[in-house]
Amino acid sequence: MSLAVANLSYTYGPKRALDDVSFSIAPGRFCALLGPNGAGKSTLFGLLTRLFTTPDGRVEIAGQDLSRHPLQALAALGIVFQQQTLDLDLTVRQNLSYFAALHGLSGKTAATRIDAALDRLRMRERAREKTRTLNGGHRRRTEIARALLHAPKVLLLDEPTVGLDAASRRAITDHVHDLTAEGLTVLWATHLTDEVRPDDHLLILHQGRILRDGPAAEIAQGSDLSDTFLRLTKASA
Amino acid sequence: MTWLTALAAIVAREALRFVHQRERFVAALVRPLVWLLVFAAGFRAALGLSIIPPYQTYITYETYIVPGLCGMILLFNGMQSSLSLVYDREMGSMRLLLTAPLPRWWLLLSKLLASTAISILQVYAFLAIAALFDITVAPLGYLTVLPALIVAGLMLGALGLALSSFIKQLENFAGVMNFVIFPMFFLSSALYPLWKMAESSELLHDICAVNPFTHAVELIRFALYTQLAPWSLLWTLLAAALFSALAIWGYDPQRGLTRKRA
Repeated sequence: MSLAVANLSYTYGPKRALDDVSFSIAPGRFCALLGPNGAGKSTLFGLLTRLFTTPDGRVEIAGQDLSRHPLQALAALGIVFQQQTLDLDLTVRQNLSYFAALHGLSGKTAATRIDAALDRLRMRERAREKTRTLNGGHRRRTEIARALLHAPKVLLLDEPTVGLDAASRRAITDHVHDLTAEGLTVLWATHLTDEVRPDDHLLILHQGRILRDGPAAEIAQGSDLSDTFLRLTKASA
Repeated sequence: MTWLTALAAIVAREALRFVHQRERFVAALVRPLVWLLVFAAGFRAALGLSIIPPYQTYITYETYIVPGLCGMILLFNGMQSSLSLVYDREMGSMRLLLTAPLPRWWLLLSKLLASTAISILQVYAFLAIAALFDITVAPLGYLTVLPALIVAGLMLGALGLALSSFIKQLENFAGVMNFVIFPMFFLSSALYPLWKMAESSELLHDICAVNPFTHAVELIRFALYTQLAPWSLLWTLLAAALFSALAIWGYDPQRGLTRKRA
């Protein structure tokens, strides 16, 4: 399994944000994590990226236990945060070089990979522009390009299409789906059902618990996924 | 190797950001220069200074406060980088740093070294301008002060780092100015020698004597005159170690600093 989570729980004071969450994602799969606002998606991402830790439960990334081998596990992980995390005063290339160096890539290796990543997202011609001048869609693409620089095995994206127009949203959703063809495992958090394809692996998270885990088409059972989602999250609300 | 690559990148990023914020550079220089050229000129008449080490002759008040103003630059910069860390955290780029596959203490230390390097450049710019106004030390002093600036800068930077891990929101930062920067600066030997302070209040003198900023300033003062102040060095190093430990604790993932949303 590329990403395996077992019995993960987390509490903020009296509030149980995650309650015994377990799931695993096979290599090369696109897994959508669907949940309404406040379902625990961001908490789950915080734990998966080791921004904070919990004694309850286990996370394994590309075969590496996150609490026992955090550095190896993090090295196999690409992350696109919900908040934008670019240095607006730096150019696209400078932003990417900084990140590459944090992963130990410098000089020619870094330059080659940056070119490749920018080409893949059709951002090469903007490499010298300051990220402040980019629109929301291009900033997101820059962040995705950046998250792929160190050739991670697993890519996490936390509501990456928030605030984007319909065209950029579609382009980014399609692009990340395509990445799985190259063997990348993707965990894509969202609250928008139209970003999920029928053959995607789907997790429905609500009030800190996993309500459904399986192929999206099976979960929707022939009806509209968004109806199913609303029904499920309403029933247990 | 990965570690050094990351360190170099963090320093380079800090330097680039600094270049882009020219106002910050100017502000960092104007502040001590105003003190030196305006405040000191007025104070020189009011305050008589006797000969105390490391000085061997009577000195003007301007000469006296130069080390304190070097310390001021380091102090304000330490706080400034702490402010930018809180900002980074709200903006998310701190997440990017903390999820890099390197130990957190190394990432934080790199950040600290980067901000200290920037501070020291500003101190030298200040010393150069002071020299234009004929406030100089022996040429060798400009070299011997470097290690003192590094130690003092690391200590004050570590203080900023530790504070940034406990300040949850940007708005709270004004409080830090009032409760950290001003007391630290005024309750120190930056503006007046400690014996002068003792004349007016023993208690204030004692507070000044334990203030790590006093020792940072004294360390710089003696180093400018190619002398070592061992007690101040020890005190500054101890404070640096304490603040660094606090910062590492503050950013410990088990403590879950980032769990609290801004």
